[in-house]
Amino acid sequence: MTITPELIAQHQLTQAEYDKIVSLLGREPSYTELGVFSVMWSEHCSYKSSRIHLKTLPTTGKYVVQGPGENAGIIDIGDGWVAAFKIESHNHPSYIEPFQGAATGVGGILRDIFTMGARPVAVLNSLRFGLLEGTATSEHNRRIVSGVVSGIAHYGNCFGVPTVGGECLFEDCYSGNPLVNVFALGVCKADEVFFAKASGIGNPVIYVGAKTGRDGIHGASMASAEFTEESKQKRPNVQVGDPFLEKLLLEACIEAMKTGAIVAIQDMGAAGLTSSSCEMGDRGGVGIDINLDLVPQREKGMTAYEMLLSESQERMLLVAEKGREEEVFRVFRKWGLDAVTIGVVTDDQKLRIRHKGEVMAEIPNPALAQEGPKYDRPHNVAPYRKAPVEAPGGWRKSSDYQSDLVKLIASPDLCSKRWIWQQYDYQVRTNTLAGPGSDAAVIRIKENGTSIAMSLDGNGRYCYLDPRLGAKLAVAESCRNLSTTGALPVAATNNLNFGNPERPEIMAQLVEAIGGIREACAFFETPITGGNVSLYNETLGEGIYPTPVLGIVGLMKTAAPVPVAFQREGAAVVLLGGLRGTNETEFGSSEYAKVIAGELWGTPPALDMLYEKNVQSAMREIVAAGLAESAHDLSDGGLAVALSESCTEVWGANIQIPLSGTPEIDLFGEAPSRILLTTGDTARVAEIAVKFGIEIAVLGSTMKGQLQIGDGTAWTIDIATSDLKTAFESTLPALLH
Amino acid sequence: MKVGVIVFPGSNCDHDAWYAVQHNLGQQAEFIWHDSTSLGDIDAVILPGGFSYGDYLRCGAIAHLSPVMNAVKKFAADGGLVLGVCNGFQILTESGLLPGALLRNRGLQFICKDVQLRVESTDSPFTNQLEKGSVLRVPIAHGDGQYFAEPATLDELEAEDRVAFRYLDNPNGSARDIAGIFNKQRNVLGLMPHPERACDPLMGSTDGLGVFHSMISAIPALTK
Repeated sequence: MTITPELIAQHQLTQAEYDKIVSLLGREPSYTELGVFSVMWSEHCSYKSSRIHLKTLPTTGKYVVQGPGENAGIIDIGDGWVAAFKIESHNHPSYIEPFQGAATGVGGILRDIFTMGARPVAVLNSLRFGLLEGTATSEHNRRIVSGVVSGIAHYGNCFGVPTVGGECLFEDCYSGNPLVNVFALGVCKADEVFFAKASGIGNPVIYVGAKTGRDGIHGASMASAEFTEESKQKRPNVQVGDPFLEKLLLEACIEAMKTGAIVAIQDMGAAGLTSSSCEMGDRGGVGIDINLDLVPQREKGMTAYEMLLSESQERMLLVAEKGREEEVFRVFRKWGLDAVTIGVVTDDQKLRIRHKGEVMAEIPNPALAQEGPKYDRPHNVAPYRKAPVEAPGGWRKSSDYQSDLVKLIASPDLCSKRWIWQQYDYQVRTNTLAGPGSDAAVIRIKENGTSIAMSLDGNGRYCYLDPRLGAKLAVAESCRNLSTTGALPVAATNNLNFGNPERPEIMAQLVEAIGGIREACAFFETPITGGNVSLYNETLGEGIYPTPVLGIVGLMKTAAPVPVAFQREGAAVVLLGGLRGTNETEFGSSEYAKVIAGELWGTPPALDMLYEKNVQSAMREIVAAGLAESAHDLSDGGLAVALSESCTEVWGANIQIPLSGTPEIDLFGEAPSRILLTTGDTARVAEIAVKFGIEIAVLGSTMKGQLQIGDGTAWTIDIATSDLKTAFESTLPALLH
Repeated sequence: MKVGVIVFPGSNCDHDAWYAVQHNLGQQAEFIWHDSTSLGDIDAVILPGGFSYGDYLRCGAIAHLSPVMNAVKKFAADGGLVLGVCNGFQILTESGLLPGALLRNRGLQFICKDVQLRVESTDSPFTNQLEKGSVLRVPIAHGDGQYFAEPATLDELEAEDRVAFRYLDNPNGSARDIAGIFNKQRNVLGLMPHPERACDPLMGSTDGLGVFHSMISAIPALTK
């Protein structure tokens, strides 16, 4: 087939990129080769717009065993055990086909984890959707939510990994571009980690798992373009997942790894057979020679092009020691899975693809994996934002702060997400110490007495107003969530969800956000061990808020976790970090501004990273000393919302704080570096605060059945806790049934 | 007590059951692969929760045809204790060891949460250490947990005191709030809630231990 400019454009390659292909090959590519290059050089696989900026992130540290570049990052969790974890997005497929898009997102990240020899033990997800009511797209948005949630549930529940936490927020800008970011973590012994690095000339290349079909062809390229009206016709590009098959694949891979016959292994994710073979070959500095006639196929008459670009799920590629193939085959037979030798490791560093007696592609591995384009896209402009800095006149629409509180805790962003997480099996494997609804999810590792805390955080509104500060606040909040449970934050992964990087004002958002992550992850000593970039989250030219999502992992000794909820009557309610006011400009980024004022302005709240770190250190010491009876970090919705969330049907609190002329800012301002806790020993909590040079405010005490907040002269808020709980729990069930 | 935990392709609570028996109860547990034709030397069998064969066709419909189920049926016929949890309960109804069927939850969604169970009968090897009428807090995690049987079958179960547990607040539409039932001989128990998830103080409830303690106390008499 002749390569025409139209064909090049169809493959989303530029003329310059095509010329580079010709020069790397020393000839025109074949049609098959063009397809291979188009996926490997897609934004999704090559990170061409973000790579030079990602290189600036801190990636090493005391706990890091493996940083970016492998299927997942790895950290040391003590006593000869390690944890592998990563976050990945499946945004585009989830819009086109919510159930399968989300399900295969879970499947993909799980494979990334067990490819490394680690058994997945926890999944979290970070979701963004359009508004559930009041817009033209609301009905569609509700269908997307239902589909995504049941897709995640379907895959994770059947696979047998607990979905232990996450976050879910709603903004109009996500209507055409919902975000589905899935984080997974697995554990294994330090000396049983597997890498995706082929070696041993003459070793067999073995294909295991599901048969190859035509599904998902060009999925990676689809994920690298904006949506248009035609996108909905791309439904066939979305893969179909089979969690049962994945469960078998997990068990078989882990059992096969124990034979000692496996040299290298990589899952077939985006760009399937192509990326797994050329990346394994490239990492090992060897070539891979594959005969497609031997690939197990689900459909008749597939071409080399289709097989190479298929994204059929639940497949792995591995390199075994020559002569020990049968040991590997025996395990896969036991689990009823296909395992076939389809190729061999060669010494010429080339990816060679044979089909029906012909060589269909012959490409140097480094050309595909490393020589891909890297762009320093223009970004010397102010990051895109339309919101004003100053508060719009008349933003103070309410003076009934009690009804504002009820509206806030019933708003989709802040309300209970029980409707979502009750569909996830968050307990399977009996390790979940703190599950959904907690500040951080905590799972115990039975093997070594350590527990792992995890939190996903991102705030698109903050990042839209100031991408750098917004990203720093996300890191700070994630670390604060971990510290609130008593865990020490040790490492991070990130998912960067942005619009079209070819627009300088969007590229500026990305560069600024990465800068913020760099600063904060270095400061909080949580190096980035891997992650994912999802660009082109635009539909018909409308971009999403810049939404970096941070996934931070912390360690603690296994113990019963400190609960969020108040535990009894008469405990002192203490605000660690002090009241820390925000000003009117900063208030424009708050949930109050969004839900009650219906406006967006100003900046995110200021962050003093040193102060934040000290608050967190103090909190961990308070937890370790057994002084916290309950604890909850302050974030969206500020103090009054955090107090409401800590109330139970039975227990409330009696709170006195100074109130200014703008009580809503005192009650609902979102200043960071604050943690609400209850204690029976205020004096010792105060001592620890003094030691770390931070303030505390003693706000009042817990009481039965009522939440009262006032300045000592009158109650601004005085509401039955049962009313709070009803408001908190009713929203999603009413909207989503 | 030595317990055999059957592992079907797709079982995913097998390890949890094993851990509860081995570590929370200090008893012996071993895994039995589904294509085994004998169970070996064990005192009790657990059919664990999960998604055997991916729930394809119907939950438990394919697993009940696994070779090991012939051995389980013989073991049960000989009076051995068989405990089926969640997917294990579904396999027991599919294999005819227990009457009725488990249908899709009334609300059509998967539900994971702690529920309250009332102990309905203490006259069994699985409940002899429990107090009749007492309430246990045990988690459920299922999409197909709505117990269904013909009214005549339900009447018979009640007349023969074969309802082991009832939900206080029926989460899935189960007939007559039934959460778990015995066979006629009372040596087979199937239930949707997960007692093995409520055996460790760190998991928030230890109310599941009673079922296992009952089995431990019943076994010496059975094996005499």
